[in-house]
Amino acid sequence: MDLKLDHRTEDRLTIVEVEGEIDVYTAPRLRELLIDLVNKGNFHLLVNMEKVDFLDSTGLGVLVGGLKRVRAHDGSLELVCTQERILKIFRITGLTKVFGIYASVDEAKEAHGRDK
Amino acid sequence: MATVELTFSALPAHVRTARLVATAIARRTGVEESLLDEVRLAVGEACSRAVEAHRLHCPGEPIRIELRDDSGRFEVIVTDVAPSDDLEQEFQAVTSEPSGMLPDPFASGFGIAVIAGLADDVEVYPGPKGMRIRMSWPAAANGLAPA
Repeated sequence: MDLKLDHRTEDRLTIVEVEGEIDVYTAPRLRELLIDLVNKGNFHLLVNMEKVDFLDSTGLGVLVGGLKRVRAHDGSLELVCTQERILKIFRITGLTKVFGIYASVDEAKEAHGRDK
Repeated sequence: MATVELTFSALPAHVRTARLVATAIARRTGVEESLLDEVRLAVGEACSRAVEAHRLHCPGEPIRIELRDDSGRFEVIVTDVAPSDDLEQEFQAVTSEPSGMLPDPFASGFGIAVIAGLADDVEVYPGPKGMRIRMSWPAAANGLAPA
């Protein structure tokens, strides 16, 4: 399955919807979107990965790159993910300590609202 | 022993094809459903690393993947022909890092560290003329999943 990307902004939080496979072929598109969003002043990003079928280290690299960019502007990049097969790669690489990972968009929005 | 061999040019788009073929053969060989995601990810990581190395050093050369059932194991070997002296050092550095202290994921050795975390049996043979990654998972003893 190819990669589908969409985004919307709700109350200073930009929600990036990702669907499909993030790998060495498709990850550059996600990287471009994250860079574009940051360049346009969106520094608080929430990447919804609930419809991601596959994620490899190339995709992790893109997410870490996005995190570095938003942190340079005192921003945040957090994730929504409950799929065990996707969470496993975050655990293997130790990145569960780096990203805020939420069970739903609403839960992430609530936490983001508290931190404001 | 049944073997399927696949060669593909060093294009990122072909990595998905390699993943799909590996997963299909793993299923047919009798690898448990719960392990198929690990097979898919590990094979994808090995092929992605090989594609990146070839694009850097020898974009015209193909990458080879062998898939076989061998005495109750499903074995995958990914072979590239890109020089890998520096990658060996990266692998050593990555696998010796404590958890949470991982280097930049863009480093080539990061994918190998992921493979090491996924497959219970992994061997990496780096060399000046290319790298060979062999990994295996338990499969049905007779090499064929029930129909």
